[in-house]
Amino acid sequence: MRYEAPSSTKAAVTLLTKEKGKSAILAGGTDLLVRLKGGFVEPDLIVDIKRIPAMREIKKTASGFQVGAAVSGNELGASVVKKAWPGVVEAANLIGSKQVQGRCTMVGNLCNASPAADSVPALVAAGAHAVIVGPKKKRTVPVEKIATGPGRTSLAKGEIVESLLLPKRPARAGDAYLRFIPRSEMDIAVVSAGVSLVLDAKGVVKEARVALGAVAPTVLLVAPAAKAIIGSKLDDAALDKLAAACSAACSPIDDKRGTIEFRTKVAGVLAKRAAKIAYQRAGGK
Amino acid sequence: MAGVHVSTTVNGDPAEFVCDPDEPLLDVLRNRLGLTGAKEGCGTGDCGACSVTVDGELVCSCLVLGAEVEGRKIETIEGMADGDKLHPLQRKFIEHAALQCGICTPGFLIAARALLKKNANPTEEEIRFGLAGNLCRCTGYDKIVRAVQDAAREMRGA
Repeated sequence: MRYEAPSSTKAAVTLLTKEKGKSAILAGGTDLLVRLKGGFVEPDLIVDIKRIPAMREIKKTASGFQVGAAVSGNELGASVVKKAWPGVVEAANLIGSKQVQGRCTMVGNLCNASPAADSVPALVAAGAHAVIVGPKKKRTVPVEKIATGPGRTSLAKGEIVESLLLPKRPARAGDAYLRFIPRSEMDIAVVSAGVSLVLDAKGVVKEARVALGAVAPTVLLVAPAAKAIIGSKLDDAALDKLAAACSAACSPIDDKRGTIEFRTKVAGVLAKRAAKIAYQRAGGK
Repeated sequence: MAGVHVSTTVNGDPAEFVCDPDEPLLDVLRNRLGLTGAKEGCGTGDCGACSVTVDGELVCSCLVLGAEVEGRKIETIEGMADGDKLHPLQRKFIEHAALQCGICTPGFLIAARALLKKNANPTEEEIRFGLAGNLCRCTGYDKIVRAVQDAAREMRGA
C-alpha cells in the first residue's frame, strides 16, 4: 500500500490512471478510514486530495458557486454558500458530529454513493453539477448521474470529482432539506427530502426541483412532484399532490430502521414540510 | 508496505515518525509518540474518545491517517494543562465529578475546548449538540454539561 498526496488534480489523475491495483481517493476520510479498518477495502494506493489547492477552495463565480472536493463541512458552513443555498449547507452540516464535520466533504458524501447520503438530495434539488477530471476530457454532469447504486458510481478509472457547481440564485428562491431519524442527531436518514423553489412576483411557484433520499437504490429526482407544485402558491391541494407524487416514486427497502410502508408515507410528509420551508425562504407567504 | 516519513508539530514541539500508509493518527500518537491520552473507544469515529485538533480543527484521530499530518499542528490532551496548572475545563471536570472511569474524558475536554473557542457563551443545548460526538457510558452527560458551563463562566470572567 502507498500513500500519495499530490499537489495538483493532474498529478492525482496520473497516479490513479497508472495504478495497476486498486486505488482509493481520500478526501475527509470519514467513510474511507472506517472501511479500511473494517477490511472492506484494501487499496494498493491511497490518493489524498487535500493538498490540491483547487480542491480546497470555495469560489463565487459568475454562474454561482464552485465548492472544491476537499472542502470540509465546517468550512462550507462558515462560507458565503450558506446564504444562497441554506438547504444544501444544512444538509451537509447534518452529517455526523463536530469531529466528523471537521473532515467530511460533500463530494465524499456524493461519491460514497449511499442512498441515504444527507447532502445529496439537497444537491440534486439544487440542480448541482459535478466537475469530473480524468485521463480524458474534463466533463460536467448533474450530481444525480454520479451514483448508480449503493456504493457504486459512474466514474471511470482515473476520474475524480474536482468540485461541485451550485447555480446562482435568482430573486425569490429558497431551498430546504429534511430527514427523518428516530433521534435528534448522529444518525443515518431513514427517509429524506430536498426541495428547491423559485417564485414569481406574486408568490406562485415558477420553478421547482424535488429529490428524495433513502427510498430507492440511489437518490431520486422526482419530476412529477415538482410538476405538482409548479403554478401553485403551495396550497393544501398542491401539497397533497406533491406528497402523492413523492410516495409514488418510492421503491424502498424494509430494514431495521424503517419499513417500506413507513418510508413511502414519510417521503411525502417530509417533501411537503421541506417545500413549505423552501417557500418561506423564497419569500412566499 | 513502505513506511511514510512524517514531520509534524505536536503540542508545540516538533515530532517525526515513520508510519504505515494506512495507520491512523491515533495509533501513531499512542504507539509511536507515547502520547496515550487520546483513547480508542470505537476506532470508527463514533465515540470521540480519540479527539484531537489538527490545525485547530476538532477531529477524531482514528479517522485521520498519520501520513496526512505532514506539516500540520496537532494538539492533544497532553498539551492542555500549563505545566502543573490545569486548564479551567480540567479543573471543573474534577470539581463537578464529571467523570467516572475517565476513558472518554480526554476527548470531552478537547471537544469542549474547541466548542468554547468558537462560542464562549454556549447555551445548554449548544453544549449538548457540540459534544454529541463524544460518548460517555458511566456518568451520563449532566455533570459534564455543568462542568463545561461552569468553566465557560470562569473563562469569560463572569
